[in-house]
Amino acid sequence: MRSLSKHLPGCLRTFCFALIAFPAVANAEVRWSDTELAILSSLRLSQLPPMPVDPSNTQENNPHAIALGKRLFFDPRLSRNGQVACATCHDPAKQFQDGRPRAVALGMTERRTMPLAGAGYSPWLFWDGRKDSLWSHALAPLEDALEHGGNRTRYAHLLKANYAEEYRAVFGALPDLAGMPQDAGPLGSELEKKAWDAMPAPAKQSVSRVFANLGKAIAAYVKTLRHSESRLDRFVDALLRRDRKAGEHLNDSEQAGLQIFIGKGQCVSCHNGPLFTDHFFHGTRVPPRDAASPDPGRSEGALMVQQDEFNCLGPFSDAKSAQCLELRHMSIYEPALRRAFKTPSLRGVAERAPYMHAGQFASLREVVRHYIAAPESVPVTTLRGHGHGSGSALLPVALSEAETNQLIDFLGTLSAPVVEVVPAQNPRR
Amino acid sequence: MLASMKLVMAICRRVLLSIGGLACLLTLAACTSTPPPPALDLSLTRASPNNHFRITLIPPQGTTPIQQIHSWTVKVATPTGEPATKALVYMNGGMPEHGHGMPTRPAVTREIAPGTYLVEGVKFNMSGWWELLVAVQLGPASDVTTFNYIVPLPAHAK
Repeated sequence: MRSLSKHLPGCLRTFCFALIAFPAVANAEVRWSDTELAILSSLRLSQLPPMPVDPSNTQENNPHAIALGKRLFFDPRLSRNGQVACATCHDPAKQFQDGRPRAVALGMTERRTMPLAGAGYSPWLFWDGRKDSLWSHALAPLEDALEHGGNRTRYAHLLKANYAEEYRAVFGALPDLAGMPQDAGPLGSELEKKAWDAMPAPAKQSVSRVFANLGKAIAAYVKTLRHSESRLDRFVDALLRRDRKAGEHLNDSEQAGLQIFIGKGQCVSCHNGPLFTDHFFHGTRVPPRDAASPDPGRSEGALMVQQDEFNCLGPFSDAKSAQCLELRHMSIYEPALRRAFKTPSLRGVAERAPYMHAGQFASLREVVRHYIAAPESVPVTTLRGHGHGSGSALLPVALSEAETNQLIDFLGTLSAPVVEVVPAQNPRR
Repeated sequence: MLASMKLVMAICRRVLLSIGGLACLLTLAACTSTPPPPALDLSLTRASPNNHFRITLIPPQGTTPIQQIHSWTVKVATPTGEPATKALVYMNGGMPEHGHGMPTRPAVTREIAPGTYLVEGVKFNMSGWWELLVAVQLGPASDVTTFNYIVPLPAHAK
């Protein structure tokens, strides 16, 4: 303990120095230290590494799979009532999300629809990370009674009737579905479950593989959805090459907000890297939607993905066990994962109200105010399991109203269109 | 063997709990742009607290990756410098300034040379000051040793 405590004065000294050296004052010229420039550099979209390969989906770069996946993504026949497509909630006109506090399809779900651009970079999908691949991620809503409300045999029949040739070009011929029930699945209605239970094991396996392949095609398309460069990227590029016109990309208020974002606002701690996310899960004491039954977040999501038949280690994955590093080394029982949710990317965030996992905050101002109000008295759950309650990775942030405005102004500089980037043709690895 | 590993993890947890309160205080000035405490001991070779072992952490060559799973090597020796073979070794880590652990659960997968252990599944989700904890058990001796490590920002690419 002594060895740690002796660092505290120095730590505080540095913090105070930072406040004095970089006062965020509107209309004052913003100066950038070398450390700040290094952080800014790391935020540029150009610093994104190549899109990670998903070893559990060997068809993800296959152009035929991408084309099939795109058609399936927009096809409302993939639902119980023929009116819900993936694009219903993942609307291309709204950054592939829906702008609602909670998703609405056949019913209303518990959580906010997440945007899809850059999702291929994340090892965990959904707010609680209960899926470990884009293809497995695509399957969950298809079987959810509140979303698409379909079932496995229905989807297999639908592929046979409408996509047989496209499917064959990617995955080989569809199995013989003659005699299989029209509606059967392990997560459907009682009748559908009963019909599923009555099917022989090989038939179930065969249909589940078709279902997995449906997800793999959709994933191939979703993986093409990428962010494009924003004003921030152009500003930092200009700043780093000492271009005197850098200020044309970000005005004084936006620059001051950026400095707060990477400094005293602490935002960059979790919202780091070119996608402004650490791809991990943090408890930030966002008020639960239902206080009587708070959403457990990652603590439950980790257990769900571990048991998921469609995970990287499962029978429908194309990966070898040794390739499933994230799943094999997944952190599960950390106290800090309780009521923790995935750090969302902030690219395009200004156009994506409302915010948080159940749309609890209507505006970015409410979000910033939540962070400012993070109560000091709240015990912090640390890596050591210290503290109690839901815990928080947040610490109080002291921002004036003017600084709040600057921070919000800055977040607006991250807006840019979502684009489709088709990978180089390398369907087989 | 499982029971022994549980013991090592229990040792880790006890030690971790004992310093948890101070870590909360240290989170006061948390931000990636704040340098770590200036007097931080960054030595990657240390004697364990009870002097049962001499431990050396070997990071991956080149820049330590952020948001990518990778491997480290841990060398464990006796105080007289003999390799500590067939020891149970456990490594984990976290960020005192941010109050969270490592996003993965690293595991020693094999002893690649006498007293040298491969730790797979290491992942840092952000740059900054990390504490890395190495628990070792060999026979009746067990110790948990804490190291400081700075994960640098990615190279300043133009």
